[in-house]
Amino acid sequence: MKYLEEYRDAGVAEQYLAEIKKIVTKKWTIMEICGGQTHSLVKNGLLTLLPENIQMVHGPGCPVCVTPLNLIDKAVYLAEEKKVILCSFGDMIRVPGSKQSLLEAKANGADVRILYSPLEAVKIAEQNPDKEVVFFAVGFETTAPANALSVLHAQRAGITNYSILTSHVLVPPAMEAIISDEDNVVQGFLAAGHVCAIMGLEEYYPLVEKYTLPMVVTGFEPVDLLQGILMLVKQLENGVAKLENQYARVVPENGNPSARKIIADVFEVSNREWRGIGEISLSGYELRKEFAAYDANKKFNVQIEAATESKECIAGDILRGIKKPHQCPQFGKKCNPLHPLGAPMVSSEGACAAYFHFSQAEYAEA
Amino acid sequence: MELQCPMPKFDFDVITLGHGSGGILTHQLLNSGVFALLANPLLDEKHDGAVFEANGKIAFSADSYVVSPIFFPGGNIGELAINGTVNDLAMCGAAAKYLSLSFIIEEGLPMTDFWKILNSIQQAASDANVHIVTGDTKVVEKGKGDGIFINTSGIGFLHPEASIHVSNIKKGDKIIISGNIASHGVAIMSLRQGLEFESDIISDTANLNHTVIALLDKFGQQIHFLRDPTRGGVATVLNEIAKDSNTGVNILQNKLPVDEGVSSACEILGLDPLYVANEGIFIAIVAVDVADDFVTALKQLPFGANATTIGEITDQHPKQVILKSSIGGSRVVSMLPGEQLPRIC
Repeated sequence: MKYLEEYRDAGVAEQYLAEIKKIVTKKWTIMEICGGQTHSLVKNGLLTLLPENIQMVHGPGCPVCVTPLNLIDKAVYLAEEKKVILCSFGDMIRVPGSKQSLLEAKANGADVRILYSPLEAVKIAEQNPDKEVVFFAVGFETTAPANALSVLHAQRAGITNYSILTSHVLVPPAMEAIISDEDNVVQGFLAAGHVCAIMGLEEYYPLVEKYTLPMVVTGFEPVDLLQGILMLVKQLENGVAKLENQYARVVPENGNPSARKIIADVFEVSNREWRGIGEISLSGYELRKEFAAYDANKKFNVQIEAATESKECIAGDILRGIKKPHQCPQFGKKCNPLHPLGAPMVSSEGACAAYFHFSQAEYAEA
Repeated sequence: MELQCPMPKFDFDVITLGHGSGGILTHQLLNSGVFALLANPLLDEKHDGAVFEANGKIAFSADSYVVSPIFFPGGNIGELAINGTVNDLAMCGAAAKYLSLSFIIEEGLPMTDFWKILNSIQQAASDANVHIVTGDTKVVEKGKGDGIFINTSGIGFLHPEASIHVSNIKKGDKIIISGNIASHGVAIMSLRQGLEFESDIISDTANLNHTVIALLDKFGQQIHFLRDPTRGGVATVLNEIAKDSNTGVNILQNKLPVDEGVSSACEILGLDPLYVANEGIFIAIVAVDVADDFVTALKQLPFGANATTIGEITDQHPKQVILKSSIGGSRVVSMLPGEQLPRIC
C-alpha cells in the first residue's frame, strides 16, 4: 500500500536501529504517549530489536483505559434502564464496568451498537425518531472533532433524540501530570502524532521548556517509531531538550484549524477524572452550555454511585510508566483479556493487552 | 448476468409460519420449489432419510450458517452453507458426496430471496459434485431469527491416500496457504450497519474439494494436515495446530498473501487480517521435501493461484505461534479472547 509500505521497510528500519545502537551510551527511559504507538511497537516486534539501554514505557494514551468506571456504568445504565440505542466505538464495549460491560448488557438484550463514526449515530437517531440514541463519546483530541460535528449535525437537522455521553480527555495535561509526579521515570516523550495532527504543536513548547524534557511528535509505523526514538536519543545524549516533529507529513505546526474550531465551538475544557490516575485539572472536554440538550448526562440526569476499582489492578502505575504490564503480580494470572481486572487488559491499545497478545513468549520465559 | 432458474408461481410472496407447519403450505413450498430445484434420485424418494450404499472410510461433518447480511459481495448464505461443509470434509481428506440441508427461516423472508438462495445452493452443490439427499424446513416467528439460518451436514468418502492428522505434523514441515487471506470477513464487514464502505472486495467463498483431492492424488501422505481458516482466521487455526500438535509455528509476515484492497480496508477498520474469516482457502502442512512442488501444483488448481509458503513447523516454542514481522522483529500470535473489535482511533 502506497504511503504505508515505505514506513514498514525492513532496510530503512535496520538503518535506524543501527544508528540508534551507534549513538546510545547511557540508559534512557522513553515514554510513547499513544496506545496506537504501544500497539505498533509490540505488534511489529520493535521492543525485541531495540538496544537494552533504551527502556520504552507506555503512556496513558489509551482512551478506553482512562475512561472512568463510573462512566461505563452510566453507559450500561442508559442502555439497560433507559432503553436507549447506545452507540460506541468497538473496543469500548468489552471494558468491564463495576457490574458488567456493554457487551454483556448487549447479550442481556440492550441495544448496543458498534460504530466507526458518531455521524452514523446521528443517522440512526434520524431513522428511529421514537428512540433515544446516545453516542459514547470517548477519546482524546483525535475523536473530539467528529463527536463535536455529530452534535452540530443533529442540531442543524433538528434531531432531538440524539445526545452524547462525553468522556473526552486531553494529552498535554496528562503529560504534565506524569512529568511532575515525584515518582516520574520518563526522560523523553514520543508525543502522539494524531493528537498533534488535530491540535498542532503550540501546547507542547511550554512543557518542553518548563521541564527541560525532549519531545518528538511521532507517527505509528515501525519506521516512524524508530526515527522518533533516534531523534529523541540524539537529544538525550547531547543534553538537548526541544520539540521536534518526526511526523511532519501528517502534523502541521498549527494542526487542523477547522477541526480545532469545531472543537472550540462545541466543547469547553473542564476537569476530568482519569481511570487509574485520578482527577487532572483542565484535562478534558465537556459540552458547552448551549449544547446541554445534547449532553446525555444532563438529558437523562444519570446519578450512579461511584464504584471502587479492583485493588489488585495497578493500571495507574502502568499508565504513568512507573511499572510495566508484566511487573504486575496479576498479569496473565488473575488478569487476562478474558477476565480483565482493569481496562489496559481490554483494549488493543492498552499496554497490558498488547503485552499479553504479542509478547507473551518473552515474558513467560523471563 | 446471474444464471437462475425462473421462480415458479407461488401463492405467497413471503415465507410465513405455515410453511414450517408440515401442512399444505409446506408441501407447496417443497414440491414446487425445493424438490424441483435440488432433484436427485435419493431426494426424490421423499423418505424421512436417505438410504445409500457406502464402502470404505467415510468422513462426516456438520456446520450451521448464520451470516448477516445473508447476501454479501461475492455470494450468499446458500452457497456458503454448501461450500462450508464440502470444505470441512475436504480438510479431512474426503470428497463430499451427500449433504443434508436444513433451514430455519424467520417469517417474512421474501420468496424471491429464498429462491435466490436455493439457486445458489443448487449451483454450489452442482459445482462441488454433491447431492442434497435429505433436509428440513422450520419457520420461526418474526424477530426470532435473522432472515434465514441454514444447517448442512455432509458425508464424504476418504481419499485412499489421505492421512491427515495433527500427530503427523513434525519439525521442518512447511506451512502453505492456498490463497489470499481475509477477503470474506472484510466483504461481510463492508455491509454491516455503521461500517458501510464502498469496495470491490468480494467473499472468497468456494469449494475446495476438487483442489484438495487433486493434491491428495499427487502428494498423498506427504500432506500431513489440512484446515480451512474460517472463523477466527489464519491466526486461530495456526494456534490450534500448534497446541494440538505440541509443536511451534513460525510464520513470516511478509509472506502472508493479502489482496491490496483487503489490506487497505483492514488498515482503515483497525483489523488484523490474520484474524479475519475466510471461506475459500486452506492451510496445508506438508513434508518439506514436497513443499515447493506442492505450491507449484496448487497454483495450477482452482482457487490456488495465490498459494504460497508462509512458514514452517519448529520444535522451538511448542504450542506457540511466532510471527517474524516485515521489519525483522518477532512476536507471539495469540488467540483472540472474543470477536475482533475495531479500535477507537
